[in-house]
Amino acid sequence: MVKELKAEVKKLNFYYGSLHALKEINLPIERRKVTALIGPSGCGKTTFLRCFNRMHDLYPHNRYEGEITLYPDNINIISPEIDPIEIRMQISMVFQKPNPFPKSIYENVAYGLRVRGVSKRAVLDEKVEKSLRGAALWDEVKDRLNHLAFDLSGGQQQRLCIARALATDPRILLFDEPTSALDPTATSKIEELIIQLKDEVTIIIVTHNMQQAARVSDYTAFMYLGEIVEYDKTDRIFTAPSNKLTEEYITGRFG
Amino acid sequence: MATIFEKELTDLKGMVLKLGSMVEKAISDSIKSLVERNSKLGADVIDKDPQVNALDVGIDEECIRLIALRQPRAGDLRLITTAMKITTDLERIGDLAVDVSERALELNEEPQLKPYIDIPRMAEIAQGMVRDALDAFVKRDSALAREVLVRDDLVDNLNWQVFNELLFFMIQDPKTVSRAVKITYVSKYIERIADHATNIAEMVVYLVEGKIIRHMALPEDTKKK
Repeated sequence: MVKELKAEVKKLNFYYGSLHALKEINLPIERRKVTALIGPSGCGKTTFLRCFNRMHDLYPHNRYEGEITLYPDNINIISPEIDPIEIRMQISMVFQKPNPFPKSIYENVAYGLRVRGVSKRAVLDEKVEKSLRGAALWDEVKDRLNHLAFDLSGGQQQRLCIARALATDPRILLFDEPTSALDPTATSKIEELIIQLKDEVTIIIVTHNMQQAARVSDYTAFMYLGEIVEYDKTDRIFTAPSNKLTEEYITGRFG
Repeated sequence: MATIFEKELTDLKGMVLKLGSMVEKAISDSIKSLVERNSKLGADVIDKDPQVNALDVGIDEECIRLIALRQPRAGDLRLITTAMKITTDLERIGDLAVDVSERALELNEEPQLKPYIDIPRMAEIAQGMVRDALDAFVKRDSALAREVLVRDDLVDNLNWQVFNELLFFMIQDPKTVSRAVKITYVSKYIERIADHATNIAEMVVYLVEGKIIRHMALPEDTKKK
């Protein structure tokens, strides 16, 4: 079976000033699949994830080299000619801790669309409902859309952030340890949601929780010291990895 | 320093080895019981089978506990699943040694039909296969495991040879049929023991290489060796 790629990372290097944080990274990102990035703290997985929506542009002295090609458009995400704001509409990020805006539930979801200049109420209403349904939150909030987002529980807030990310019809959703601040019930809801979302969108997730990577992802990349040590189907990585370092990390014998 | 989990895995391997040595002894005692016409030995094998069964259950329970509590991955996961499957084969080998003993006790009641020559040879090969397969398990030696697989053909051939020879007895003299059929059974039991040893060896290849090689023909070059 030929893989259909949504993105492809080619010889990516990234520097925080003089610190060479990502080294010669090559990685395919398959369309409508979940790719998990795992590895010990400081291995570069979050740095790598942030390249996908140009988060590093917010700070001076950061430098990208190489390519992250987005298909089918064939554009290089990290090229300076590409507008990072537009990239962030298409490639949205969900963070470790839920970070809703100090606005209503409705306005949180509508925010990205308003930034894009959408102001028609009917369009916004439809998108907000669709996104909240997509994030499995609609039934819980449909009667209080004008309540402040902070009234929601932590797990609900995180699903609201997912709905906010979905509203702009992203091509890729980035998750940076999306459940590390949530309890097991909220965590399993988010994990179920991630698996459902891949019918619509390509997903890349950074997680410290190896069981989570095993549960939600189709592909897993193990990173160490800014490099990809091994990339394979998740079931292969968790049953019979080929690299000794991967084996040691996966089995908890690392370092 | 070994972690608690590593120690648990070592203990698990120890349990599998203990079961292995119990069934190896059961095989050799059951054959000795037949060849030396020593019914006491055969009766002992039958009496000790519940110990084999209890250890089989104990290993299964330990594997399930480790999967539930330690969430093993990669090589650890393969070790535990391999231990579970190997144990089932070992327990079946134990049952076959009991079957051999039961036929031995029956045959020992009657005059000996013929000197036993091929049966002890088969048993020796089968027992060696079990021993080496377990050795390969402990040492994670897939080359040794693959070498065990090749020996299965020797046992199969001997089984045919025994059958044909006994067929000849039965055709010559119908009074030998009852004893000849029982000896054929014994031969078949040993052939099954070798099959279980083969299963164990195949699991060891999975343990070491992560590849499932069951139900695949051996490559020709391996067979010629």
